[in-house]
Amino acid sequence: MINFISDAAVITKRQLLQLSRVPELLLFSTIQPIMFVLLFRYVFGGSIDTGQPGGYVQLLMPGIFVQTVAFTLAGTAVGLAADMQKGLIDRFRSLPISRSAVVIGRTLGDGALNIVVLTAMGVAGYAVGWRPTSSLFEVFLGFVFLLVFGFAMSWIGVLIGLSVREERVATNATFIVVFPLTFLSNAFAPTTGMPKPLQYVAEWNPVSTMVAACRELFGLENQFGATAGSFPSENPLQMSVIYMILIMAIFIPLSIRKYNNAAKK
Amino acid sequence: MKAVIAENLVKTYNKGAVKALDGLNLDVEEGTVLGVLGPNGAGKTTTVRILATLLSPDSGNATVAGIDVLKHPDEVRKLIGLSGQYAAVDETLTGWDNLIMFGRLYHLSAQATKQRAIELLEQFALSDAAKRPIKTYSGGMRRRLDLAASLIIRPKVLFLDEPTTGLDPRGRQDMWGVIDDLVKGGVTLLLTTQYLEEADHLADEIAVIDHGKVIARGTSDSLKKQVGGERLEIVVENEHLEIVKDIVARVSGSAINVDEGLRQISAPVTTGSKALIEAAKMLDEKGIHPLDIGLKRPSLDDVFLSLTGHVAEEKKEEEASVNKGRRRGK
Repeated sequence: MINFISDAAVITKRQLLQLSRVPELLLFSTIQPIMFVLLFRYVFGGSIDTGQPGGYVQLLMPGIFVQTVAFTLAGTAVGLAADMQKGLIDRFRSLPISRSAVVIGRTLGDGALNIVVLTAMGVAGYAVGWRPTSSLFEVFLGFVFLLVFGFAMSWIGVLIGLSVREERVATNATFIVVFPLTFLSNAFAPTTGMPKPLQYVAEWNPVSTMVAACRELFGLENQFGATAGSFPSENPLQMSVIYMILIMAIFIPLSIRKYNNAAKK
Repeated sequence: MKAVIAENLVKTYNKGAVKALDGLNLDVEEGTVLGVLGPNGAGKTTTVRILATLLSPDSGNATVAGIDVLKHPDEVRKLIGLSGQYAAVDETLTGWDNLIMFGRLYHLSAQATKQRAIELLEQFALSDAAKRPIKTYSGGMRRRLDLAASLIIRPKVLFLDEPTTGLDPRGRQDMWGVIDDLVKGGVTLLLTTQYLEEADHLADEIAVIDHGKVIARGTSDSLKKQVGGERLEIVVENEHLEIVKDIVARVSGSAINVDEGLRQISAPVTTGSKALIEAAKMLDEKGIHPLDIGLKRPSLDDVFLSLTGHVAEEKKEEEASVNKGRRRGK
């Protein structure tokens, strides 16, 4: 057990070391979400009537936070696919280390990167008018939620990265997963404007319940269309917790199994 | 004692369509070097991957340092080092970072890891490059660092999968020097290669594999005898053929081969360049200037030709499966 923790810590440390050796990595993974904040805030902000005090930016920030942590999946998948392609996973698997340490170390490392990214986004959001109206504790809780969600999504990335085994394929594959997931949601525009059948999909989407949970924690009201009154719309917080547990319960064992059978192309 | 034993290993890919290993048997005596020689797709890498616990065979058994690879892979991992065809190190990190990371993953203490990293960097002439990212290393330096990473725990058995493939001649020479030193240190080594010259230089014994099976095995000398070893070849004008036949027969001491059409006389020799010089001197004394004179070393193709009757097929697994698919399609 002690070995397992220290093995995972070595892998996490490797990722943080990468960031210090290639500072551009951290720079660009922070600039991108900030760019999204500014683009959405000023491009869509004017034309979407939110009916909420404080304007679009209040609704946007939780959405963009969730989108960003959902994209953790891509970072994990691409990173692991690259390790796979270069034979690094082979080397790790030839070492006397716990079978899950490498992937857990990776997901924790990617999760840790989110702390930096979310902080930068929060500051950028504040600068363009984002003002949560809830208590400091609730805001803090919201960020904890976001980090756990990012960690859960990262496990889906493990499975994708180890399955596609090539960096460039991983980049494309994750886009196909994450884009519909984050856009077919309430993150950027209210679901009430979508065709009715799509509203069901969008409102049951884990990204939507996460966004709704964060909005609640940041002191906003949620609007639901087709599923108004149902469990996820009434209890986005609880529903999000269920989703996170579900994602981890499915993808952690699958990912670890995949790692153990991983074979370089 | 045998440090490595593989018995009847069978491994197929694509649901049996591609047979990578077809009942492969081999063993390595403790403290010796076995060179596994074969063309691409012969099953070299698959063999190494199975022995290094990365892959399970469909059937067969394997032990490394007396431990069952399939039953106790974790125990085996504590005793082996693996360095592959591709330098499996983190390129964004420095050489130092990499060695520290792998040392920690082998559960050495922080102090012991640092000490070992310093030793290895020194041993592999990488001390000056220690603080540079691997990205900036030459191909040869990367391989050396990769090898260093696999030696952190002083493994009992070391697997090197094509350690010099893709290196320039200088890099290859450096790598050979490094491996020579290791072997002198007493490590048991299984190395795969496509180059007869490399197996000849580094290995005590050579196993030639083709289509997932060992088709010949022995010392480099015994294999060369089978193949015919080095041959002295001289091409002369027709008028000198008779005299040169005589010279070659005297230098070689064995049966000569005459190709009248090519005006070429050849014979196996055992003394290498000495034989060449001797023959050249004799020709000079007789005032004969050959059109061509040289020593021909047996290549992988010669080995394969004499052992299998066909030339070494460079077949990749994927290509093999495509070909099979096509054949079935007909």
